[in-house]
Amino acid sequence: MVSNKFALFFILCFCTISSIAQITFPRNGVYDERSGHYAFTNAVIYISPDSILENGTLIIKHGKVVMTGKGIPVPEDAVHLDMKGKYIYPSFIELSSNYGMPKPTGTKSTSRSPQMLSNKAGAYSWNETLKPEQDAANLFRVDKKTAKSFREAGFGTVLTHQRDGMARGTSALVLLGEEKEHEMVIKSRASAHYSFIKGTSKQNYPSSRMGAIALLRQTYYDGQWYAKNTEDKNFNISLEKWNNNQDIPQFFETGNRLDLLRADKLGDEFGVQYIFRGGGDEYLRLEAIKKTGASIILPLRFPKPYDVKDPYDAEEVSLTQMKHWEMAPRNPASLAEAGINFAITTDLLKDKKSFLSAVRKAYQHGLSESEILKSLTTTPAELINAGNVAGTLEAGKLANFIIVSANILSEKSVIFHNWVKGKAYVIKDLNAIDIRGRYELELEGKKHSITVKGSYSSPQLFLTTAVKDSAKKVKETKIKHNLVNNNINFSFNKKDSSITGDQYYRFSGSVSKSLWTGQAMKPDGNWISWSAKRMGDTEIKPDKMPVKYAGSYGEILFPWSPYGYKKDKIPEQKTVLIKNATVWTGEKEGILKNTDVLVKEGKIAKIGKNIKDSKAEIIDGTNKHLTAGIIDEHSHICINYGVNEGTQASSAEVRIGDVINSEDINMYRQLAGGVIGAQLLHGSANPIGGQSAIIKFRWGSLPEEIKYEGADGFIKFALGENVKQSNWGENARIRFPQSRMGVEQVYEDHFTRANEYGEAIKNGKTVRKDIELDAILQIINKERFISCHSYIQSEITMLMRIAEKYNFTLNTFTHILEGYKIADKMKEHGAGASTFSDWWAYKYEVMDAIPYNPKILDDMGIVVAINSDDAEMGRRLNQEAAKGVKYGGMTEEAAWNMVTLNPAKLLHLDDKTGSVKSGKSADIVLWSDNPLSIYARAEKTFVDGICLFDIEEDKLKREEIKTERNRLIKKMLDAEKKGKKTQPPMYMPKRHYQCCEKDCNTFKDYNIEQLAE
Amino acid sequence: MKTIYIILLLITLSLNSQGQEKETNFLYTNVTIHVGNGEVIENGMVGVSDGKIDFVESMETKVQAKYDLTIDGKGKHLYPGIIAPNTRLGLEEIQAVRATIDYREVGHFNPNIRSVIAYNTDSQVIPTVRSNGVLIAQVVPSGGRISGQSSLVYTEADNWEDAILKADNCVHLRWPSRVRHTGWWAQKGRIELNKNYNENLQAIRVYFDAAKAYAQKSTVEKKNLKFETMKALFSKEKTLVVHSNNAKSMMDAVNILQTYGVEIVIQGATESWKITDFLKEKNISVILHDIHQLPGRDDADVNQPFLTPSVLQKKGIKFAFSLNNQGSWNVRNLMFQAGQAVAHGLDKEAAISALTLSTAQILGIDDRAGSIEKGKDATFIVSEGDVLDMRTSVITDAYMVGRKVNLNDKQKDLYNKYMEKYNLKTED
Repeated sequence: MVSNKFALFFILCFCTISSIAQITFPRNGVYDERSGHYAFTNAVIYISPDSILENGTLIIKHGKVVMTGKGIPVPEDAVHLDMKGKYIYPSFIELSSNYGMPKPTGTKSTSRSPQMLSNKAGAYSWNETLKPEQDAANLFRVDKKTAKSFREAGFGTVLTHQRDGMARGTSALVLLGEEKEHEMVIKSRASAHYSFIKGTSKQNYPSSRMGAIALLRQTYYDGQWYAKNTEDKNFNISLEKWNNNQDIPQFFETGNRLDLLRADKLGDEFGVQYIFRGGGDEYLRLEAIKKTGASIILPLRFPKPYDVKDPYDAEEVSLTQMKHWEMAPRNPASLAEAGINFAITTDLLKDKKSFLSAVRKAYQHGLSESEILKSLTTTPAELINAGNVAGTLEAGKLANFIIVSANILSEKSVIFHNWVKGKAYVIKDLNAIDIRGRYELELEGKKHSITVKGSYSSPQLFLTTAVKDSAKKVKETKIKHNLVNNNINFSFNKKDSSITGDQYYRFSGSVSKSLWTGQAMKPDGNWISWSAKRMGDTEIKPDKMPVKYAGSYGEILFPWSPYGYKKDKIPEQKTVLIKNATVWTGEKEGILKNTDVLVKEGKIAKIGKNIKDSKAEIIDGTNKHLTAGIIDEHSHICINYGVNEGTQASSAEVRIGDVINSEDINMYRQLAGGVIGAQLLHGSANPIGGQSAIIKFRWGSLPEEIKYEGADGFIKFALGENVKQSNWGENARIRFPQSRMGVEQVYEDHFTRANEYGEAIKNGKTVRKDIELDAILQIINKERFISCHSYIQSEITMLMRIAEKYNFTLNTFTHILEGYKIADKMKEHGAGASTFSDWWAYKYEVMDAIPYNPKILDDMGIVVAINSDDAEMGRRLNQEAAKGVKYGGMTEEAAWNMVTLNPAKLLHLDDKTGSVKSGKSADIVLWSDNPLSIYARAEKTFVDGICLFDIEEDKLKREEIKTERNRLIKKMLDAEKKGKKTQPPMYMPKRHYQCCEKDCNTFKDYNIEQLAE
Repeated sequence: MKTIYIILLLITLSLNSQGQEKETNFLYTNVTIHVGNGEVIENGMVGVSDGKIDFVESMETKVQAKYDLTIDGKGKHLYPGIIAPNTRLGLEEIQAVRATIDYREVGHFNPNIRSVIAYNTDSQVIPTVRSNGVLIAQVVPSGGRISGQSSLVYTEADNWEDAILKADNCVHLRWPSRVRHTGWWAQKGRIELNKNYNENLQAIRVYFDAAKAYAQKSTVEKKNLKFETMKALFSKEKTLVVHSNNAKSMMDAVNILQTYGVEIVIQGATESWKITDFLKEKNISVILHDIHQLPGRDDADVNQPFLTPSVLQKKGIKFAFSLNNQGSWNVRNLMFQAGQAVAHGLDKEAAISALTLSTAQILGIDDRAGSIEKGKDATFIVSEGDVLDMRTSVITDAYMVGRKVNLNDKQKDLYNKYMEKYNLKTED
């Protein structure tokens, strides 16, 4: 009997001390090495995803596959196991895990004040989040509990790394057995791992995503410098390890599509192609992700439907969340269709128990069986350069496989065994008898009917009693039972009409296919014998593959936001003729009545009367005003994860351009306010902030596509209370500078250092490339221009004098609320101004701010703009400009230029945009009224001649949003009705978060994983 | 340049006028009168005697009474003085400087707190708000669940006692929010459900139960200052202003508080447009808080906050505007909130009303303020053009109970100083 032999084998197997890898160990006792020779016959064997054997034989020995094939004779000395009806797959490989890693602790911080440098003892990096010296193989400990949960999901091998820091060191490829670590590690230094997440480091820097990117960028350069420079350098373990880690596969953990693209761009700068752990939302930017050429480690995080029963609460669920619920399961199939190489991970699943059902869901939503198996076996093996040892059941590979009751994708399939390196781990007893059927239980001479239903892996017992009045109907009472090693126990309540109260009989016995026998204890404590005879079968549903999803999917929106475009509705450049409008040229021509403007190929082609163009789409501009689009010189919209890297006095190395979020709804809202572009500025937390990005509001495009092509580089500087941290509380008393006196010295120091740096480069010396000094040197070389947050006249003058000392001109003072006091000095220096219309009294340094500031500056011949610095006000900049008319009586044209031509001048874009002039970009707005009037509404906003806001289309979009929401709400209610578990519409906080003030100066640490929603 | 001349002229006229120059008897002629109740008198005139309006007619009407002074307001617009509810005017000077902040007290239930005694009439901020036409303000305390009592004050006075129009007439209850939107506009956080909401509601119930029981006692051995104030709510001598924005929270507030028989006004009311039928049925007026806000949700109509007033108007719900978000200095932009709403469907005179008469009615001062009607205080403003549009809104004259108001402020002084410094004055 095969089964008995098998049972015996297990008892032996679990006592075995394996010894292959422990040759170096002394032995206590007698030599007992076994060959682990097994033959598995009659199975459906998936040698690889595309090579399947029916009735195949698998032979393993010494933990490796010896042979797979059909009709192979079973070797004499092999244990023979008949696998009839069973499926054997190579076990799965997990690439994104911290299996067996200790909990990262980091260093202790000693006070609540900012931590500027690393607290880590030893010759490590200056920054605690860089830990390339972490080697997972050193840290690895077998974790039986987690190993078991992985094995139950079908995995045999994992790539594990210490998930802490932005540079996380190297991984180890380990087996999921429970033997000594020596045997479980297949490969140390298997790959190097990175992320944008700071982890346990409590060091301040970096506090933003752009800071994280800058830190990694600088570290790449530092690594190169460290390798090249043989003299003049200090020993640094982290940099040595960083360099050592470069020749193995590079993994980058990201949480969503935009971060993935950001990380890829960083890698491209240094010729590194990362393998990404994605967020599960790749389908939203498939083309761009395909273009990266990267392989993806794909989580199967499919959201539950939301509980939308309460119509008020349901409003808290956004359209994109609802749509993602519908489309997320389709993500893997989308990647496969696009030809993107990917492996599947259990990562981001709350419970590995849900993994296989998530895989089946991916199958239902279009991912083929072969793609699924590839993404779980061969692809991960190849990605980690372990294709020669794992991933298939070809000869010579590790004997890592699972034995399954049926096709693993079929809904009720059960994994019996997970063999790791030739050793079996039992999940479900292979000898377990399928007890489903009908039985007759004899007890004290009385017969009772028992029916066993349910699945093979979890059968359910019912006591069946006839209902007296109707002959046909029976009553079924569920009986709880345990079934282990074919031993069963259960109890039932044998109620008797003659006795009051419950009568519990407790049964214990063994089962075979035809008969159960054993002893039972009666309610009175006496033993009796019992038996149950099999009377017949119950109806058993055959295992079947999951039914393919036949429903529909909504459409992806570009950008992924309400008011985004469906793919086929993305607007294009057209020839447009606006007839008979009042045209505010912004040029010397002034305001032209009853004038036509022709837009062609994204440019303003012609301005005049009675223009004709047969191909043009005609827009009637009668009683309407046509102007240049508004440009916001000072904005913080469309930025992901932190606008400040205010942790050091200078953060010139950070770039807003690294963290643009082209999917921010505020872009659309501002298009609705006639705004066509903005300078996205770093915050004002430090004297030298980060590099700006100038964007055009190309709603629907990718971050890289909305950057204003050919624009000059700008950088944020800041003065006053924010940079000296006056209003940051008592703990912020560490960072230099703490006074305006110190602020000047920050500039002196940085410009001096930048000059020396430039000289050293010029003289051909080996210089550590410093991306912070590069940016500052660009300022001195007039290749980068300053926009400086400023309020008080004294410091404004100081900065102009610094600029003069280093021979450049301060381009723009932004806010510049006391500019009117030194307008003559500003004029002489040549600085421009970008100010608020009427803000004041929010802090001490703005107590002398006056709404007449723009008027005085304008009268003094200074280029003056009105900016928003606020997402809400950004959509009403026309009204803010109008305050120039109210306070001081500017002419309407001069006031209007403050939000169009003047900001264009300040951004050096006035040759391209900012006025209605032939040859300029068709960045124009059609207004319902005088654009300075509070009653004026932008009816059409064109960017590059493309109409990206249309007041009529907006109405349609609102209807579409409503319809789509209702469709999805119905679908969710249907799902709930069908018994699907839901998630609450709102996040249930475990602790209360402090709300951030509506103030760009507040800096927040975005040390959390930002996952796709 | 014309504007500047007028401003300069006014400054010279009104220097040192605060509290001194009292024109007791005059006739303002040739103006478009926006009555405040929705009516407009094109080319009208307003007579003032002893601080009261005693005559409002079209220019075609014959003037019977004799006035010492006739003022020609040709081409100008005359409005009731704008009333700004829910401000911290005079309670805060510089937001970031703690020493200048007086609007928040510690403690959970503080109905006894009185904001008016902290109202700093010498604030430099107040004149800049006044010179845009805000003549009456409600100064409101913050902090805790019940923050205390607010008062209605004039924006020109020598001391807080003189400033009082109506003292301590509202008690402010900050209703707990069911839902919390975390993060900020540059980086939105999660939407969180307030798990303590029901607990918070229970605490309010317990407090009101105790206060009501106290109020019913005929003799009190130990006086409870807090409950003494609460008493006036149950007797409807004072109004309960409930600060709430979430639709369901507002309904909870009304359903619970109305059982105590108190007079309720909702302050904030961001989502009032969703529950108009409910508000109408329960006869609740609302004071909208800052419609210059981003829509609460990405899916929402881009213009949602701007649309709310017109939705309320169409449903016949009484509402007013308020503004406090950026700080009390921003109250000078209150009239532009109304203008913004007009651009999104609100009737223009209804917008005026929501800045004047409706506000006065909601806050219980419509016997004296809020409209240009016979018998009311002569508290009004005169603007060069449409006061709701920054393009034309320049206040040239203002009167407070018949007294001419000083429209100068610190900012105008600085303006003049530097125009002079740069010799810019004479330019055209």
